[in-house]
Amino acid sequence: MKSGRIIEVNGPLIQARLPGIANGEQLRVGELGLTGEVIGLDGERALIQVYESTEMLRPGEEVVPLGHPLSAELGPGLLGGIFDGVQRPLRAIMETAGEHIPRGLALPALNREKRWDFTPEASLRAGQEIRGGMVLGRVQETRAVEHRILVPPGIKGELMELAGAGSYTLEQPIARVRTPLKGIQELSLLQRWPVRHPRPYARRDDGIAPLLTGQRILDTFFPLLKGGKGAIPGPFGAGKTMLQQQIARWTNADIVIYVGCGERGNELVDILESFPELTDPYSSRSLMERTLLVANTSNMPVVAREASIYLGVTLAEYYRDQGHDVVMLADSTSRWAEALREVAGRLGQMPVEEGYPAYLASRLAAFYERAGRVDTLGGDSGSVTLIGAVSPPGGDFSEPVTNHTKDIIQTFWALSKSLADARHYPSVSWTESFSDAVEAAARWWSREISPEWQARRAQALDLLVRAEELSRIINLVGVEALSPAQRWSVEAASLVREALLQQSALDEVDSYCSPQKQFALLDLAMSLYQRGGELIDSQVPVSALLELPALARLRRAKNSYGNEQLDALARLKEDMQAQLDELAENYGEGRS
Amino acid sequence: MKEKEYRYASAARTGLLFLEGVPGVAFGDRVVIRDRHGRKRNGQVILSSGELVMVQVLEGTDDLNLDDTWVRFLDQPFELPLSPDLLGRVFNGIGEPRDERPPIISRLRRNVNGEPVNPVARAYPREFIQTGISAIDGLNSLVRGQKLPIFSGSGLPHNRLVAQIVRQSRLLGEESRFVVVFAAMGLSYSDARFFREDFENNGVLGNVAMFINLADDPPIERLILPRTALTAAEYLAFDLDLHVLVVLTDMTYYAEALREVATAKGDVPTRKGYPGYLYSDMAEIYERAGRVHKRHGSITMVPVVSMPSDDITHPIPDLTGYITEGQIVLSRELDNQNLYPPVNIPPSLSRLMKDGIGKDDTREDHPRVASQLYAAYARALEVRNLASIIGRDELPDLDRRYLDFADQFEQRFLAQGPDEDRSVIQTLNIAWELLSLLPGEVLSRVSEADLARYHHWEGNK
Ligand SMILES: Nc1ncnc2c1ncn2[C@@H]1O[C@H](COP(=O)(O)OP(=O)(O)OP(=O)(O)O)[C@@H](O)[C@H]1O
Ligand SMILES: [Mg+2]
Repeated sequence: MKSGRIIEVNGPLIQARLPGIANGEQLRVGELGLTGEVIGLDGERALIQVYESTEMLRPGEEVVPLGHPLSAELGPGLLGGIFDGVQRPLRAIMETAGEHIPRGLALPALNREKRWDFTPEASLRAGQEIRGGMVLGRVQETRAVEHRILVPPGIKGELMELAGAGSYTLEQPIARVRTPLKGIQELSLLQRWPVRHPRPYARRDDGIAPLLTGQRILDTFFPLLKGGKGAIPGPFGAGKTMLQQQIARWTNADIVIYVGCGERGNELVDILESFPELTDPYSSRSLMERTLLVANTSNMPVVAREASIYLGVTLAEYYRDQGHDVVMLADSTSRWAEALREVAGRLGQMPVEEGYPAYLASRLAAFYERAGRVDTLGGDSGSVTLIGAVSPPGGDFSEPVTNHTKDIIQTFWALSKSLADARHYPSVSWTESFSDAVEAAARWWSREISPEWQARRAQALDLLVRAEELSRIINLVGVEALSPAQRWSVEAASLVREALLQQSALDEVDSYCSPQKQFALLDLAMSLYQRGGELIDSQVPVSALLELPALARLRRAKNSYGNEQLDALARLKEDMQAQLDELAENYGEGRS
Repeated sequence: MKEKEYRYASAARTGLLFLEGVPGVAFGDRVVIRDRHGRKRNGQVILSSGELVMVQVLEGTDDLNLDDTWVRFLDQPFELPLSPDLLGRVFNGIGEPRDERPPIISRLRRNVNGEPVNPVARAYPREFIQTGISAIDGLNSLVRGQKLPIFSGSGLPHNRLVAQIVRQSRLLGEESRFVVVFAAMGLSYSDARFFREDFENNGVLGNVAMFINLADDPPIERLILPRTALTAAEYLAFDLDLHVLVVLTDMTYYAEALREVATAKGDVPTRKGYPGYLYSDMAEIYERAGRVHKRHGSITMVPVVSMPSDDITHPIPDLTGYITEGQIVLSRELDNQNLYPPVNIPPSLSRLMKDGIGKDDTREDHPRVASQLYAAYARALEVRNLASIIGRDELPDLDRRYLDFADQFEQRFLAQGPDEDRSVIQTLNIAWELLSLLPGEVLSRVSEADLARYHHWEGNK
């Protein structure tokens, strides 16, 4: 493909004369060698978005087609890394260029010198037929994660040669395949995939196991499945980032991909500084060993921000195809949508709602569609769970991005400003949130934790919603207007809010709550509520219940007892029952 | 090209000048325009094609005619000359002196747009700054390298508060004070004088670099001013290792200027007519605050954002809140009660507080006390609301205590003099006096040990 000349520069969007170029093709732009992508064609004119600042770029400068679409480099060395929205390696950039990101610096995403210990798949023999998705061998990428080297999708043929165990750089050949169409091909530890195309799989299935996060309001009340899609909308400061970081810390997934899309630089530093020190509760390894960051912060060029989401999900699919459960967190999908809007605006596309182009909804849907639990081409099973933060302007959930997202996802964790203002964290609203995954999650909880789970959960939610109505009455006419049973409901709901729903990310003991402890606390609160209700029916005053020492202990139980102290919670339940029995007796005797 | 003057202006309106047939002009190029009176104006190329060049004129396009307007393209971006002599000086939006003293001469010049900081190079801010103001130190602590705006409204005392922060801010256990970069966009003459006199009276004028665009100065200049000021701040912080406090006032006038130009360019409007890129544009400014590995200095930023009609959901405060690391919100209701500083506690927040307070920074109980005060005050405000409907006497005993707590919290904790400089320990002690108005059982955010040590519940007296 021949190079062309720039005709116009309009911010991140330029035009060049490039007859015959294809949409989506990558380009090297101008004397500085900026990178760009063709996003539209108009006769001989190509409309190009540039991932870097175009300052001092001028008409007449050269544009060189690179012959491929925006693609991710896939191979060992991704984990623990931090890349920008078009996969430039930010650590290597700092080593080369210092504190600031200079323009036109092209460094490969993955280190070409580093050697990896490769173990070939024992069952493979030369002469055997191989096809895309099959495992060629393994590399221990980090102590926590085994990286399976796959035959790239689309390749099919006779395995001529497979390298023996040994250490290889990313570009050294490890296998040769004779393919019917393209002749002999060499495979290495490194492969590429165009980020805007979903990677193939054999079959897609419904989720079956909950994605555990250690956060009670999520796991117990609004569960999400492995392979599911969830959204966290909320006004600024409500806790979207904290909640996503909590999920990144404590989830039972194998791999976490965190995409900082148009948000603060310091938030990524926070992860970079804290994750290496934290241990994964499941593998007992440093959290950074299973984590990968994509960082296109708010001050970095807006076009690369649009790409960052696709890069992230492609990396997620790549690990899924190796048979891992992957979670991708995107903070924030609203900034991605705004990047889309900005480019659409400069292209002169007709805005339909709040300046967004008509294809916003379909792009959002196509992105979330890349979540799922699949049977891989290699016959394994893996999943990609997508969780996107949404930042609605003015906290108004009826705006286009929140609205469309809500129609697409299965679990909606709505953050509430009034809860956040009262420092009730996580500020997930129990009236506005929903989960379509309760039935599926219940099967898991019932099998693994307790058959009572679903009933207890429903009871607690019901209590919370009822108490909400009762507080409206209180606000009109005062608490005296309520019956003792109603007063008990209000008090019990406030206990549930404090003892169960509130969970500070900053509390050492309570930051992560195991499913066993989650259920123990839920069960404690609900049995107190139930038994207390019976006592009230037999004339025990609410005040007597409120004075029970066990109740005060329950309020603090979440941070008094760690995940391993389930026996202490069992004792608390016994004590509580004893105290309730005693109360019943006292009042029973009083009456007789 | 640098020497050549063009006279091809084909249109001039609302701050934009259009030229036809000037080939090869760089996007973002700095432009000097000579009008028919021989007066100089500054501009910047915001679109360039072979057919059309669009120039944004900082001084506006009033009084330009097309035939007698001469345009020179400098083939360089806007740059600021940098030297330690910036301190003690007053400049306009592009760094030209406003104080009748000679311009800064230096070989070191930097593009005012800067380059994005590599997130990997950032150091997480965690050093507590004592401002001496309880509402901030106790509940919304500021740390070195943070961007913490003040959301205010017309007539509220944000200037007084900013001046107090500038005067009192210091690091515990360190003598070094902050140098100040003061960036004013659309500031009234009297407000500018207030700050100047305040700096002067405190003898800090020599440690302040001022970049001033007053209310009657051209609005488009406001778009470049914060960038120029931050280029100075970055030099002071990361070349000279100084701790810099940047005051940006008022970002609302900045955003309004941006809307003006966007409308003239025909950009697609979104909420309230602001362009979709307002977020990214403001982020380019706010994200220049922070700390960087291996550099001693820091940039702490306190922008003032006045909320049009006191509406926190207006795009300017809203998008600011989405970028900055918290916000201090001022309340008209408290101000009407003559309470200073009238900080509206529930919506105020400091996101970096968690790493700057506690055992080794302020005091061990600080994080829990802050959380408890927030929770108790939130509850107290609910009770106050209820009391206004059903009357105080109808309330249960505990609720009446909450009412007292709310009153005392506002009178003793929030309220303080504009010159009153409280240590953070004093602030925490006041907090415990207030929490002692409530029984220990309801204080579930503090630990048993905290209660034993600091809580002096006197029961049903
Ligand atoms: N689970 C939590 N535990 C403790 N504190 C929390 C929690 N969630 C939020 N917070 C508090 O709220 C602050 C704001 O949270 P966060 O930064 O996550 O908000 P956000 O919704 O991402 O805002 P923005 O949209 O502006 O990025 C945090 O700095 C922290 O002080
Ligand atoms: Mg956030």
